[in-house]
Amino acid sequence: MADLRINFAGIKSPNPFWLASAPPTNSGAQIHKAFEYGWGGAVWKTIGAPVLNVSNRYGAWHYGSQKMLAINNVELISDRPLEVNLREIRDVKRHWPDRAVIVSAMVESTPEAWRDIVLRIEDTGADGIELNYGCPHGMSERGMGSAVGQVPEYCEQITSWVTSVAKIPVIVKLTPNITNISYPAKAAVAGGAQAISLINTINSIVAVDLDTLEITPNIGGKGGHGGYAGPAVKPIALHLLSQVATTPEVAKSGIPISGMGGISTWKDAAEFLLLGASSLQVCTAVMHYGYRIIEDLCDGLSSWMDSKGFKTVDEVVGKSLWRISDFKDFDLAFRAVARIDLEKCIKCNLCYVACNDTAHQCIDLVDASGNVVQPYSYDVRSNGKHEAVSTRPQPVVREEDCVGCRLCHNVCPVDGCITMVEVPSGRASITWDQLTRERPEVGTDWEAMERYRKEVGIEIH
Amino acid sequence: MNNRQIIRPEEVLAEYYPPLTDHEAAVEANRCLYCYDAPCTHACPTHIDIPKFIKKIASENVVGAARTILEANLMGATCARVCPVQELCEGACVLNAEERPIMIGRLQRYATDYVYERGIDVFEPGPPTGKKVAVIGAGPAGLTCAGELAKLGHSVTVFEKRELPGGLSTYGIIRLREPVEVALAEVEMVKRLGVEVRTGMELGKNLSFDQLRREYDAVFLSVGLGAVPAMGIPGEEHIIDGLGYIEKSKLDPHGLEVGQNVVVIGAGNTAIDCATIAKRLGAQRVTMVYRRTDAEMTAYLHEYEFAKKEGIEFRFLTQPVRVIAEGGRVRGLECVRMELGAPDASGRPAPVPVPGSEFVLPADQVVKAIGQEKPVLAQMLGLATERGYIKVSDDFETSLPGVYAGGDCVRSRGSASTVMAVEDGKLAAFAIHRKLVPLRAAADD
Repeated sequence: MADLRINFAGIKSPNPFWLASAPPTNSGAQIHKAFEYGWGGAVWKTIGAPVLNVSNRYGAWHYGSQKMLAINNVELISDRPLEVNLREIRDVKRHWPDRAVIVSAMVESTPEAWRDIVLRIEDTGADGIELNYGCPHGMSERGMGSAVGQVPEYCEQITSWVTSVAKIPVIVKLTPNITNISYPAKAAVAGGAQAISLINTINSIVAVDLDTLEITPNIGGKGGHGGYAGPAVKPIALHLLSQVATTPEVAKSGIPISGMGGISTWKDAAEFLLLGASSLQVCTAVMHYGYRIIEDLCDGLSSWMDSKGFKTVDEVVGKSLWRISDFKDFDLAFRAVARIDLEKCIKCNLCYVACNDTAHQCIDLVDASGNVVQPYSYDVRSNGKHEAVSTRPQPVVREEDCVGCRLCHNVCPVDGCITMVEVPSGRASITWDQLTRERPEVGTDWEAMERYRKEVGIEIH
Repeated sequence: MNNRQIIRPEEVLAEYYPPLTDHEAAVEANRCLYCYDAPCTHACPTHIDIPKFIKKIASENVVGAARTILEANLMGATCARVCPVQELCEGACVLNAEERPIMIGRLQRYATDYVYERGIDVFEPGPPTGKKVAVIGAGPAGLTCAGELAKLGHSVTVFEKRELPGGLSTYGIIRLREPVEVALAEVEMVKRLGVEVRTGMELGKNLSFDQLRREYDAVFLSVGLGAVPAMGIPGEEHIIDGLGYIEKSKLDPHGLEVGQNVVVIGAGNTAIDCATIAKRLGAQRVTMVYRRTDAEMTAYLHEYEFAKKEGIEFRFLTQPVRVIAEGGRVRGLECVRMELGAPDASGRPAPVPVPGSEFVLPADQVVKAIGQEKPVLAQMLGLATERGYIKVSDDFETSLPGVYAGGDCVRSRGSASTVMAVEDGKLAAFAIHRKLVPLRAAADD
C-alpha cells in the first residue's frame, strides 16, 4: 500500500489532495464535512477585501452528453465577514490537526493591509498562506488578483511584503492569463515564496444564448469574462506546470509546486505529480460530484503507485519532467506509423475520412478481394444488414506513406485498435538543433533542405 | 364475466415504444459515431443518410434531421415504426460489435414526429411542369411516388379504392406499431405538396384505366396485393381474415369480437400481429399454428421473440384440416401433425402429413394470415407479369408504355415491406420525371 502522505514546504497532509480555494471551501461546515470524507487539506476560499457578489455566477461548457467539461465563474472572493472566516478557520484547524489548512488571501496592495491579514491568519493556527494573484474577474478590476499576477514586479514586491512578516509557509498562486508564466514564477521565488501553486482560472466567455442573445451566464442583461476551470483546462495546466517546474530559477530554489487545473480523477492527479506537482488541488470535479470523489482519488492513485512500485508520493513527483523538451531537441529520425488491428476494427471509417480529408492521405478502403475501392461505391439497389456488412471494405494504412501524424489513432473509437508502431527510419538520430548547427543553410534555404533530404532519404509526398 | 378486467383497446393497443424524450434522444444521438460511408445507410433500402440526421438531432437541428430523413424516404414516420430495423440499419450498425446498436428507428421517429406535431413542412411543390400523373393506390409506394412527383412540379392525382388513404400503414399495421394518425399525417403532408387524393375510386368499377391513360401523361400503379387466399378446408366460412382482423382493431377496436381461445393460422409477421391483438384484447389462450418449424417461419426473429413474451403459444409442424363448428359457433380446429421432408420449390423442407396423427385444438375463433394473393389487376389490365407479379423494367415501367408500377404488386423478388415500397415509389417518380421532362431532369442532375 503506497504511502500518500506529503510534506509540502513544511505543510503536512495525509494525502496530496487539497480542496482548492473556491466555493467548496467557503465555510467551516463545508470543510469539516470534506475532511470527514478524507480530503488531505483545504485552501480556504480567499479572504480579504470586502466584496458583494452577483447572481448567475457559474456558466458551464457541455460537450455532447458530457455535462460540465468546464465551468466558468464570476464569483468573487469570500463575501462572508472576515471575523467569521477567521473564527471558523481556527475551529477547523483545532478539530483537524493532521490536515493541511491553508488560507488564501487577497487584500489591497499596501504593505499594511498585507501585514494585517498575515498576522490575523497566523493567529488562527493555519498551516500556510496562499497569495491569490490569479482571480481574473472583478478583483482584478480593483488592482488585486490577476492584476498582480500579470506584473512580475508587483508579484515580487507583494510576495516580499508577506514573506518578511509571515512565520508560516507562503504559497504564491499564479494566473495562467499571461504570455510567459515563468516570469511571475521567478518573481515569486525572488520575493521569498516557500511554494508556488498553479493554475488559477482562465479568462473565458462560456456561451451566448441563442434564444435571448444574452451572454451566459446572464447577469441582469449583461455578462462578462469569468474564470474557466475543469477537465477542459487540464492540458493547459499541465503545460504551465511543466513550464514553471523547468524554469531554472524555480528548479534551483527547490520550492515545491501545488498543481491544479482540471484534476478530476486519480489519473489526472498522477500526471500532475509526474510533471512536478507535489500537492494537488481540486475544485470543479468536487463542484460537479461532491466531496465523495476523494475516495477514488486516493484509492486509484495508491493502486497505480503500487502497480508501478512507487512507495511514496515523492518518488513520483517530477518523474516525467526530464522528458519535457523543446521541438529543436526532438529526434528527427524517430519514426512511427499507424497500424489498424483488423480483428478489433469495426469499420466506422472515421480514420479513413480523417486521414483522407484532413491529414496525409495514407489510409485506403480495401475490399475482400484486396482491391482498393472508393467510399459509397455500393450498388444503391442493394440493402439489408447482410449485404451492408458483408461487402463493407476494410480501412488499411499504407505504412510506406504514413507520416505518423497519429490523427487516426486519436479518432478511432475502439480501444487498442489503431496503434502507433515504432519502425526503423534507416536514418541516424539527429535533432534540428544539431542539424542546423552542423549545416545552418538547411534552415534557411529550400535547395539546401532538398539536398539534405535526398542525402538521408527523406521523401515528402 | 364479472371478474373479468375491463380492457381498454386504446390502452392495450397503444404504441409499444414510447417516444424518446429530448434527453434520451440527445444521449442516443451523441452515442452515434458518425461513421463515414456508414453501413446503416447502405442497409436502408431508401439509403437515408443516417449519421447525418442523427448528428443533426445531436446539434438540436431537429427540423434538419427530419428533412434529411424525408428527402430519402417520404414515409419516414411510418418506416421509423414499421421497419425491421434489426435486419436493416440497426442490424448493420458498427456498434453491434462494441456494445449495442444505435436506436436508429426511434431517433427517426423522434425527428419525423417533431415536424408533424408542429405542422412544419420541410418541402415545397416544385415549379409546375404542366404534366399530369395518375397514381393508383394510396399506400406507401403510391404516396411516395405522388409526393416526389409533386416536389418536382408535376400535377398528381392519387386514386384510392378504400375510404381512407394510407394503404397498409392505415389498415394493416397494428396500432401497437403504428397508430392510424401517423399514416394520415403523412397523407396530409403529401396533399400539402399539391397532390389530390380521391378515395372510393377503384379501377374497373368507377375508374376507367383507358380514360386515365388518355388524360394523364403517366400512370403509376401501386395497388398492393390481393386477398388472403382460401385454405380450401371444410369449415372455411368460419375462418376470419387476418387483415380484416387487424383493420378492425385499428379503426373499430371496440367492435372487434375476440374469442377466448383463439387459433391463428400462419407464422408470418401479420399472423403474429393478429395473435398479439387477440392476446391483448383479452383472449385467454392464443395459439399459432404453422405447418413447418420455427426455422422456416417468415416472421422476423425479433417478432417471434416478442410474441413469446406476449404469452402467445406456438404449434409447429401442424396443418389445419377442418374447422369444427356447432350451431354456427366454432368449437375447434382439427389439425394433422407434419414432418419435414425433401426441399420443395421454395428450397425449404416440404412438410408432409403424418398419417393418423389428427387431433383437435379447442378454439372459439380461428384467424388466418397466410400471405396475400398476387395482384389480380395485372391480368385485368393486360400487363406482362413475372411469377404473378406485375413485371417492370429497371425504371419501374410496365409492359405498357407510360404505365409504371411499384410496391408489393411488383415484388417478385425479395420480401414485401413498406420501406421497399417507398424506395420503388421514389425511384419510379424519378424515372417518370426523366421521361416527362427529360431536359429539366438532366439539368437537375
